[in-house]
Formats: sequence, structure tokens, C-alpha cells
Amino acid sequence: MKFLVCIAQTPDTTAKVSFDGDGKAYNSTGVQFIMNPYDEWYALVRACELRETLGGAVTAINVGPATNETTIRKALAIGADEAVRIDAEPSGSAFVARQIAAYAEDKGFDLIFLGKETIDYNGAEVGAMLAEYLDLPFVPLASKLELAGSSATVERDIEGGVEVLECNLPLVVSASKGMAEQRIPNMRGIMMARTKPLQVVQPVDFEEPVEAVRFTLPPVKAGVKLVDPEQMDELVRLLHEEAKVL
Amino acid sequence: MVLVYAETPNGQLKKAAFEAVSYGKKVAALLGQPCAAITLGTVAAKAGELGKYGAEKVYNIANEQLNHLDSQVAATVMANAAAQLNATVVVLSHSSTGKAIAGRLAVRLNAGLVSGVNSLPELQNGALHVKKSVFSGKAIAEYAISTPVKILSLMGNAIRPEATGAAVDVEALNIEVPTGRINVKSLKTIEGRVPLPEAEIVVSAGRGMKDPSNWGIVEDLAEVLDATTACSRPVADSDWRPHHEHVGQTGIAIRPNLYIAIGISGAIQHLAGVNNSKVIVVINKDPEAPFFKAADYGVVGDLFDVVPRLTESIKKFKASN
Repeated sequence: MKFLVCIAQTPDTTAKVSFDGDGKAYNSTGVQFIMNPYDEWYALVRACELRETLGGAVTAINVGPATNETTIRKALAIGADEAVRIDAEPSGSAFVARQIAAYAEDKGFDLIFLGKETIDYNGAEVGAMLAEYLDLPFVPLASKLELAGSSATVERDIEGGVEVLECNLPLVVSASKGMAEQRIPNMRGIMMARTKPLQVVQPVDFEEPVEAVRFTLPPVKAGVKLVDPEQMDELVRLLHEEAKVL
Repeated sequence: MVLVYAETPNGQLKKAAFEAVSYGKKVAALLGQPCAAITLGTVAAKAGELGKYGAEKVYNIANEQLNHLDSQVAATVMANAAAQLNATVVVLSHSSTGKAIAGRLAVRLNAGLVSGVNSLPELQNGALHVKKSVFSGKAIAEYAISTPVKILSLMGNAIRPEATGAAVDVEALNIEVPTGRINVKSLKTIEGRVPLPEAEIVVSAGRGMKDPSNWGIVEDLAEVLDATTACSRPVADSDWRPHHEHVGQTGIAIRPNLYIAIGISGAIQHLAGVNNSKVIVVINKDPEAPFFKAADYGVVGDLFDVVPRLTESIKKFKASN
């Protein structure tokens, strides 16, 4: 069984968000970068679990500059067998999907995992685009996946419920909470990761169709208005008359 | 034309569809183009009702294969419909359905896609400029799309559906439906209130509740507000509450009009899932709880006293309004 896991690098959840002077680019000064949690905790770990029971290999793939290799090595430490880095700035969802598709199209992956979205640009776009480029079925927001032979049974989160579906491999799946539990890499994994193969691939030509014009910070909240715990009628009045939400 | 994909879970029109059509109508007005809506599969509801929200035409492709979502099938059909109708903009909901289709459609139509938009676009030199919330609500991004066909998916609760027009007749659209590869076996629906992503009022509680047996006061408050209940991660992880109630970075991200947080300290991971809420009320006995910094209204006090008191005040308010 051949697994491909798409991993993105994002600023740490607690990182301060700011942008350079004209709002064109994220200001990464002093920011710690991590593997996108949905990619790491759910997609990568589930792929590794399935590989452990069914055999095969897990390939982790990232589109990004050489500085992303710390994140890629972490994927290898968690359990990926090999890694691929496509040497390009990830300029947008379509660009990233196109690059991964170009790598994956002749490799015969059975199952392609990614997280349900990245915690920075919150697009939830790459999975569907990648599946379309590869002409594969796509199941987004999967919280459970079991394999029986070449058939996958998947549960996915929908509004107000869970959908249970079956699909033959190959398949693209985006993972949400429930798919697996976070794994902390152990010392042996970290040591082994150093010697696992990390291949660097050149990007294919592709022009990202969406341009990021500028980033701004949301208006600062006016500050909390404290209401006396004995005065709940007053809170209701404020919610009704001032906030207009009741 | 602006073509709106109006999703119909279980054959029903929901708020997401009305929001998407209302939004599509406004985009169409901006571009000086007509707005049409399309529904896929057997629609039990009167899809012509979408006319009230601004769709001048409502199309349906009544093929039973489309009753369950297979993103490949739906995207193929939608791409063909968009081409047949000369759509310049396609609008979808940023929902579990929209997330399955929008990216595929973008590839098929060579279209630029911005997903999860939360305000109306502007036209600048032929490009559509549109904003969305990024970094889990900590920043706003403006994107420009200049491809001939543009795709936008609309964040839930971002705009209010506006019914100002009249219902229209539904026209059948003849488009071939390919065979899908996904076989939907069953649907487990969660009993109870409006699903969290669609809820306008959410009452959420955390570890400050001390024990799952204390949740009655939270449910009572939710009941009088007709709100959906939610919880923080530690509460879901200790199985005090079901996992589908977990809001936050790793759970569900929501943007209700009113979010009431009870006994939740407000860790950054929790805020990431809720700070797009329009109004936040925090009830916590610890005045240093970080959540107060993100709140609009705060009550420093013992939740076991404050929450029942708030419930009573709301009952009184509802009775007199």
C-alpha cells in the first residue's frame, strides 16, 4: 500500500500575526513554524498507523523552500518512510495542488491524505484541487477511515451529522479531528529521520490564478464591558439594545 | 451570469442556500449580470423559493445519482452547467458540500477560487477583489481574481439572507450525469438543535463546570435562547460532552452572532475557533481569564449563580417582547 501525505508548514498556533509594511506578506520575524496540525496529528498519523498494519510506505510531500526541511524531518521522525520537497514558494492553493499532482500522477499512490485545512490561510482547497488534477475521488473532513482490501470505509463530518461512505482506492482524503491521535516523535524516530531519504524536486510551470493583494489586521475590539453578576437584566438589555443580537 | 450552487441536504433548502443566493444576487448586481441558482438531485422543497432571494432563474438537474454527494460527479455536472449557462462567477457555500466541490470546479473551469469569503466583492479593473478571514480570525486577506470564470465560496453566517423577490418556476437542465465512485452507506444525524456551523446563538461551556452532571444550567440557557450548545476541548476530551460539540482550532470553527462562553479560560486554540463570532459574552469567576480580552461583555462571577440568573432574565425579556 502506497500512502502520500501532503504536509504544509504554518506559523505556530500561538504566533503573533503581523504583516510587512504594505500588507503584502506575512511577517515571519521571530515566528516559530510548525507542521500544520491537521496534516500532522490526523493525516500523517493515520497513514502511519495503516502502514504499520498493512505494510507499504508513507511518503510525505511538502511544497516549500529549503527552510521547511525541519518540518519535513519531523514528519519522518513521526513515521513517514521518505519525503519529497518541491522546491518552490507555495504561492496559492492551486499552485500547491498542481505541484503535488505533477509529482504524484505516475507514482501509483493508493491513498493520499492531507489535513482538512491549514491553520494560516484556512482555505480547505488543496485536497479537492489535487483530486481533480489526478481524476480521483475526494472525501473531505474525514474523521475515520478503515481499509478492507482495496475498499475504504470513511466517516466524514457534515453539518448536523456524520456521513458514512465507501469508496475503492485510489482516493484523496482530508482529515479532521477523530482520524487519529497526535504522536510525539521519540528519540529513535528523530535519529532515524536524519538518514531517511528526502528528495528535492523542481516545480513544474504553473501560474497561480489568485493574487493575494494585501493582509490587514481586524479592528481591535473596544474592550470588554463588565456587567455586575447580580445584574443579568442589564446584560440582556445590552445584548438587545447595544449589540442587537437578541 | 452569476450561477449559485444552492445545496439541498436531504432534498431540503437550508439557510446556507438562501445565504448563497442572496450573496450571488448582490455579486450579480455589482457585475450587471443576471443571477441564477441551480440545485442537484431530487429536491423535496420548492426550489423555486430561491427566486425570493434573488435568483431570476432556478435550474434543477433531477438525477437521483446526485442525491448523495460525490464530489467528482457534482463538479463535472456543475462545470458543464456553468459552461452551458455562460457563468462568469460561480458561488457555493463554504460547507462540507462546498469544500468537496469548489476546488474541483476551479480546476475544471481554469477559474480562480477564493473560499470562505465573508463580504461582498469589489470590481477593480476587471478583477474581482474579495476578502476573507485568515489565520483563524487573526487577520483579513484581500484576494484578486482575474480569470474569466471566478469561484467564490461563502462562509456561513457571513451575510443575512434577504427575501425580497418572488418565487420562480424551476427549469429542468439537461446535463449528463456520470457514474460516481463514492457509495454513501448511511447518515448519522445528531439529534437536537441547529448544527453548530449554522447556529446564530451558541452557548458553550468548559472545565469551569466541574462535572458533566452540572450541564443542566447550560442546556436551560440554550433552551431559552434557542441556541446550540458547544464545549471546549478539555471537556470533549474527557468525554463530558460529545466530540461534535467541540469548538476551537482542532474542533469546529464557528461564527455565530452571539457566543456565550461559560467557565472557559480562553486558550488561544479555543479562540481560534470562535473569534469570528460577532458578539462574545464571557462568564468566568477568574477576572484574569484570557478570554475577557477577546470578549465584548464579561461577567466575573460564579457561573453556578450567574447562568441560572441570566436564564431567568432572558425568559423575562422574551415574555415581554
